[in-house]
Amino acid sequence: MKIILTTTSPSIDSNLDSRFGRGVYFLVVDPDTLEWQAHPNPGAGAQGGAGTLAAQFVANQHAEAVISGDFGPNAYGALQAAGVAMYLFGASTTVREAIERFKAGQLERVGAPTGQGHPPRV
Amino acid sequence: MKITIASGKGGTGKTTIATSLALSLAAELTPPPLFLDCDVEAPNAHLFLKPTFEQRQDVGILIPRVDEAKCTHCGKCAEVCQYHAIAVLGTKTLVFPQLCHGCGSCTALCPEHAITEIPDVMGVVERGVTPEGISFARGVLDVGEPMAVPVIRQLKKWAVPQPGQVVVRDAPPGTSCPVVKVMRGADYVVLVTEPTPFGLHDLRLAVQVARELNIPVGVIINRDGSGDAGVDEFCAAVGLPVLLRNPFERAIAEGVAQGKNLVEIHPEYTAHFRQIFNQITTALS
Ligand code: SF4
Ligand code: SF4
Repeated sequence: MKIILTTTSPSIDSNLDSRFGRGVYFLVVDPDTLEWQAHPNPGAGAQGGAGTLAAQFVANQHAEAVISGDFGPNAYGALQAAGVAMYLFGASTTVREAIERFKAGQLERVGAPTGQGHPPRV
Repeated sequence: MKITIASGKGGTGKTTIATSLALSLAAELTPPPLFLDCDVEAPNAHLFLKPTFEQRQDVGILIPRVDEAKCTHCGKCAEVCQYHAIAVLGTKTLVFPQLCHGCGSCTALCPEHAITEIPDVMGVVERGVTPEGISFARGVLDVGEPMAVPVIRQLKKWAVPQPGQVVVRDAPPGTSCPVVKVMRGADYVVLVTEPTPFGLHDLRLAVQVARELNIPVGVIINRDGSGDAGVDEFCAAVGLPVLLRNPFERAIAEGVAQGKNLVEIHPEYTAHFRQIFNQITTALS
């Protein structure tokens, strides 16, 4: 199984980044073995459409779930279409904490966009 | 001649100035001016000029629609879209209309010809004539639509002045892309401001935009005498002419709140605005 978390640095010992589309890193983790790999989030520097770009990356990793602090409307729509489950890390601050809570079934599953997203530049 | 009335921030009385200028010129010029309300997110100049609209047209862009039966999910469209408005998500290709700029790149580059284009309406343009004979046109962006620029672009294209007709454009507040769009192509920009630190801050930004576009600028100070000397010092320092000073007056504030124009409240302002117009004409010749 593969899950993805948004993080502030490229390590399993990182803190979480609350932004999905503009989070700094994506940490791809196997929650059972804790094997991990970090990728820079391609959405982080995007002028517009960060949410869809980031969601596309997640879909291409064939992850089953993504854990972040906030999913805007575009990111939500894209992840929903890709069949990726979305969870909020809530009170967790570190990657390890969030994985524990995820495994214990304690994270809130997202059923609607949780933020306004960032309006595109015009 | 095209004059754009703008202000760095909202609430400075920009629309009152723009409509008063148009009204003051209506009797003097043949043909009377063309007024464009380019504040498409919150158009309100019609409240002051009271036109009768005679024509309207939808404004939209062409956005892609993907035929899933033909799409191989190769990802080319998503790669080429610089706005990330189309995404390939496993076995689905999704369009995000609110991000799409209608550039057509994805359609052109899809190797399977799986994309057709469909119109996406984001607002309307309308035009008509006011009782004083002013040609009036405005754009109205649909609520929740994020992109003002296509509506402004269409408005400028659609409401073309007659030969020799003076154009007065009322810009949206701020200094973002839509404002740049309304300033672009103007011969002169009038910036409406207030003598406060906020007014000065936004005036500086707006002057910068106009100067980057190489358009001469004049300033109108509303609520003159109510703040500090910062705006005056700035205008003097960078060589901006102050075209008009409106004192802060209860009668003006109350009249404007009732939909009255400056020239209705104080008919002597007609002469002031004609004078401003002459000053602009001289500055440009
Ligand atoms: S380029 Fe065409 S075939 Fe390829 S993913 Fe996009 S729509 Fe589908
Ligand atoms: S038309 Fe242009 S902006 Fe819209 S999805 Fe296609 S490539 Fe992107």
